[in-house]
Amino acid sequence: MDRVPLLSLGDSLLVSIQVDLDDETVLALQQDLAERIVSTGARGVVIDISGVEIVDSFIGRMFGSIASLSRVLDAETVVVGMRPAVAITLVELGLSLDGVRTALDVERGLAILRRLAAERRTRDAEEDDIAVDDHGGEGGEVVTAQPWA
Amino acid sequence: MGLTASDSADELDITCGDDVVRVRQLVRSRAQAAKLSLVDQTKLVTAASELARNTLVHGGSGRVIVENLSHNGRAGVRAVFSDDGPGIPDVQLAMTDGWTSGTGLGLGLSGSKRLVDEFDIDTEVGRGTTVTVVKWTR
Repeated sequence: MDRVPLLSLGDSLLVSIQVDLDDETVLALQQDLAERIVSTGARGVVIDISGVEIVDSFIGRMFGSIASLSRVLDAETVVVGMRPAVAITLVELGLSLDGVRTALDVERGLAILRRLAAERRTRDAEEDDIAVDDHGGEGGEVVTAQPWA
Repeated sequence: MGLTASDSADELDITCGDDVVRVRQLVRSRAQAAKLSLVDQTKLVTAASELARNTLVHGGSGRVIVENLSHNGRAGVRAVFSDDGPGIPDVQLAMTDGWTSGTGLGLGLSGSKRLVDEFDIDTEVGRGTTVTVVKWTR
């Protein structure tokens, strides 16, 4: 079994898959990634599959579960670098990769993560504002939704 | 019949996860030898990966025979996956998109069929399952 290396890049993790993925490697990757997200506090994961020659339903499903797993750990996932032949095959196979963000290359993937992080900061700031406003008697419904803010 | 196997066949046992990777590599080298386009190579290798996993997961273990074909000037690759597992009680149901025995997404058989030019399944409860796929050059 090969181990896929995980690189830290700012507050993101970069996973570059350069091997022919067997099922055990796929499962080990999920586990390694979950541990690294927690230990580094990473907010984003970029999975580069430009070196991957085929994605079958098992590997495709793994991208979906990594995306859900990361989200639970407060990180976003972007899959980048899918080869054209792999994309054509995935669609014909019937796998739509629902819930998985994709981008053409690592650079664009990181740009998506930066945008998501900025949106998150704005949202957090707005929530703080709402909490402050509530002291003035406005937005009574919102305060019930965010009683701890 | 003008259908000939252009050279000897390769046989590979499928008994563990690493064998699924070996099946992909074998099928890819045969697909390259047949000069299938890159997209067709990728489709055939992906179908082979699905079927090899089926052989392992549902059949317990099994084998694949891969050979190059030639018919009326066209080259092709045939892969025959067989196991001595429990067999499939309702093939029509198993071929339905989204139908799953509980371990996958239910795309293995129906999805593989869409990726190849010829698809044949022969199964009998208690005897096992044989799936044959062929991909031809355009």
